[in-house]
Amino acid sequence: MSLWLLLLLPLVGAVCVFLANASIAKWISLGVSTLVFVLSVLMAVQYGEWGSAGTGFASHVAWLSQLGITLDLGVDSVAMLLVLLTTLLTPLCVWGSFTAITSRRKEYYAWLLILETAMLGVFSAQDLILFYVSFELTLVPMFFLIAIYGGKNRAHASVKFFIYTFTGSLFTLAGFVYVAWQFQLSQHGVWSFAIHDLSQFASAMTASEQGWVLLALLAGFAVKIPVFPVHTWLPLAHTEAPTAGSVILAGVLLKLGTFGVYRFVLPMVPEAVVAYAPAIAILAIIGILYAALICWVQDDVKKLVAYSSVSHLGFCVLGLIALNPIGLEGAVLYMINHGLSTGALFFLIGMMYERYHTRDMNSIGGLAKKMPVWSFFMVFFVLASVGLPGLNGFVSEFMCLLGTFIASGSAPTWPGVLGPEYAAIAAIGMVLAAMYLLIMVGKVVFGKLKEPDIEGQHTNLPHDVSPREIGILVPLAALCIWIGVQPTVLTDAMRGSVEDVLAPYPLIVQEQLDKPETVIIIEKEDTHG
Amino acid sequence: MADRLWFLIPELIVLVGAVVCAIGGLSNGAAIRRRIGFIACGFLLAACIAVPFVYTPERIATADTLLPYLGKYIKFFAALIGILLVMSAGGLMDRKYEHAIKKGKATFSALRTSSGEFHALLLLSIAGVMLICEARDLIWLFLALELVSLPTYVMVAMSRWSKVAQEAAMKYFFLGAVSAALMLYGFALLYAATGTFVFTEMADVFEAQRAAGGVSVFGQIGLLLAIFGLCYKIAAAPMHLYAPDVYQGASAAVTAFLAFIPKTAGMLAIILLCSLVGWEDGLPPVLEMALWVVAVLTMLLGNIGALLQTSTQRMLGYSSIAHSGYMLIGVIAGPPLGIVAVLVYLVIYGATNTSAFASLACLSKDGAPVDSLEDISGLHKRSPLAATSLAVSCGSLLGIPPLFGFWGKLMLFAAGIAAGQLVLVLVAAVASAISAWYYLRLIGLSLLSSTTPQSESVKATLRWPLIAAVISAIIAIGGPLVLSSIVTEAQQAVLAPEE
Repeated sequence: MSLWLLLLLPLVGAVCVFLANASIAKWISLGVSTLVFVLSVLMAVQYGEWGSAGTGFASHVAWLSQLGITLDLGVDSVAMLLVLLTTLLTPLCVWGSFTAITSRRKEYYAWLLILETAMLGVFSAQDLILFYVSFELTLVPMFFLIAIYGGKNRAHASVKFFIYTFTGSLFTLAGFVYVAWQFQLSQHGVWSFAIHDLSQFASAMTASEQGWVLLALLAGFAVKIPVFPVHTWLPLAHTEAPTAGSVILAGVLLKLGTFGVYRFVLPMVPEAVVAYAPAIAILAIIGILYAALICWVQDDVKKLVAYSSVSHLGFCVLGLIALNPIGLEGAVLYMINHGLSTGALFFLIGMMYERYHTRDMNSIGGLAKKMPVWSFFMVFFVLASVGLPGLNGFVSEFMCLLGTFIASGSAPTWPGVLGPEYAAIAAIGMVLAAMYLLIMVGKVVFGKLKEPDIEGQHTNLPHDVSPREIGILVPLAALCIWIGVQPTVLTDAMRGSVEDVLAPYPLIVQEQLDKPETVIIIEKEDTHG
Repeated sequence: MADRLWFLIPELIVLVGAVVCAIGGLSNGAAIRRRIGFIACGFLLAACIAVPFVYTPERIATADTLLPYLGKYIKFFAALIGILLVMSAGGLMDRKYEHAIKKGKATFSALRTSSGEFHALLLLSIAGVMLICEARDLIWLFLALELVSLPTYVMVAMSRWSKVAQEAAMKYFFLGAVSAALMLYGFALLYAATGTFVFTEMADVFEAQRAAGGVSVFGQIGLLLAIFGLCYKIAAAPMHLYAPDVYQGASAAVTAFLAFIPKTAGMLAIILLCSLVGWEDGLPPVLEMALWVVAVLTMLLGNIGALLQTSTQRMLGYSSIAHSGYMLIGVIAGPPLGIVAVLVYLVIYGATNTSAFASLACLSKDGAPVDSLEDISGLHKRSPLAATSLAVSCGSLLGIPPLFGFWGKLMLFAAGIAAGQLVLVLVAAVASAISAWYYLRLIGLSLLSSTTPQSESVKATLRWPLIAAVISAIIAIGGPLVLSSIVTEAQQAVLAPEE
């Protein structure tokens, strides 16, 4: 079994869907994506590198040998976890779209499957160009999903989404090629785009070169994450996207950015990361607080959850640049948890929207009386998102903040450049999250029953969630509880990879701290960031 | 000498094809007249097949041109894309007239047909591109360039029976004459600087001049003027001003031709001229600066110009201006990677640009050609194949991975960065980002929008352009599979003769 099977199966499925009859398209795509999920679970069981730093399922295919571009695949433990997240969410999205999508169905399911291939390609690429190709390829299906099946403002949303991410990643590509060129100079004309070669090589570049490369890489990844101030495409895209689009967008696509930071930024440009970390942290904290405040005043439930993603991903970024295993493990865990709980929230909002054709908190309320099961899941996933101890969100949020807290220069084993002050301010975001999400629950779920007039918009759906919809939510809820109770299974599994990425950092941080001019560098970079 | 004739066999095949087309077009037999396109394709295919047999290593060893392998690559792909271009022009000429003859409403008169001449001119122009590869002196180069250009003036004029096309042809011709004069003046100064017309001797003189302190002033001005003249052929700023009018005025199939064949010719000529002075210690600073400014202006003006258009052909015309700018990055970067990138990009651009124009060429609105953006709104409902081809080719021109265009851009970017031209590559990245706006607009209109009253009657009616569009869209998707072999060929094409 190889990763190629995993990657190509959805593509083959997409072709089948396109050729098949529209009425069975959804069943083909559900079958294919479920098969991919089963395969990926089997692969995860067979995977031999849990807990260690190695790369599993590695395969080599030559491509454009003149430029050293290959189609090498392979996954470390972090990537394997994210592959599982992707293969889990895709069949759920397909299943969740059965009633929502009524026109141009074949294309819809074909695009979803192509999107799955692209996302899996990002996580399993061992070659920079293959990574970039997959990274960009995710834009195309998403563009069409938003532009064809989205809400009223879909044209604007899809174009903005495309242009933001496309522009940002062009600079990322320039950064990649720059590193590859430097590598080629040192190798007397032999090009390579292998992640392994270039990471090792880039980390030996001078500090100023690393700074430029960091800026170039972040141009693409920061847009994708998204980090304040380049987050403005996200609320629009999320709000306009069809339910499955929002789920994939929040569940997996945003993680491509943080995964890019984990896979490329951290190993490639350690010196620049240390120098820029405070600036990035400040942006992340601004994002956490600013987006949380925006959430507070939202009337549109979907927009609220969309902005909460910006806020939540800020914690993830903090964990990434805390530069210690607790923070980084927390960040990776955050990627998975956010995918589960926010994905589920988007499903729930989609279900509500299918029934009432509104997402406005002022025109809808007290649904607990009408839809008790739906309300149960809504409260459950909101609590998971808020960080109720015992559920998944708490663990990762706590680890990210703890990692940030102890990431001061005086920490014995893993010195960092952040510290308690960063964690303290970011923690306000947790309080705000609890406020805006609970206010939302209070309005929509509890209180007096308030239903918009839905005469003339008759749907065949039952009042409360159908067995199909429960079937979508239960696996997500089960995982939320499992990760909440047993997070060590995942953190142990990824420890080797995480520590391998962080290995060079203590030394570099120590050097930076010992240098008297560090302060000046940081101040100068601040204005940059 | 006999060996040199060997290399001209592909050109000779195409020239014979031109004669056969010209005569066949006047034939009384409708069966021959209506199959002129097939005849032209047949000769191009024959030229294509002949190329590998003509360019054997033993013969290349005796060649005395600057880049002896160049012809193998260019002739093969020029003929191959030429076939697509002939297909996109299928049904363009004489369709109504032939229809009337078939119905018995008109009788055949040799004076009233133009299909034969059109295809003959098309083949002559392609032969011109092929001849540029074999140029060993400035005279040959100039004649070959004019052989490329002169037929295109006529093709523009005869492509449509409208005043717009006549105006476009006049503009194209007069400005083309000015640019040719500029180029010739540059050639004269180059002769003054070196005392010879022969490339290999000129290269030696320039090398001696460089050793003695630098290329002479005459030489530098000569190169500058010649390259500015050539900027007209590749539609680069500041010589691009004619392009939008001409590209809009001509019919889409001819515009596809204009955007590829003369552009390839100009690019090759620029590469040849630059290789006279060589890239080893950098191009002369004045020349490099000029090319740099031209590249930046072309990329920005082309893409920003395209943003403002309401006519599809004009928009794609501006986009093809911008692509010249991208290619100039490769010229500035120099061999081997930069020139390889340009050669690969020419092929990729040729295929995908043909797809874009062919998918416009196959459309008609109550028998009239389609022009405004609104006409293609909601095309996917009426002609899904044409709409998809247009969207795929726009995606490829924009450089969305993994489509063909992305790999071309990647190679140009890599070459630019490897030559230390970071700013140039950043400008190209910004320009690409700008281009996303209008390519997405075309994609959105054709695939996503709904039909408007104005676009209701727009349908894909011409069979052959549609087939050309679909084939080249398939190339845009599947091309990356053979990319490695194309790059290998391009690498061989820029090899210098063995001493």
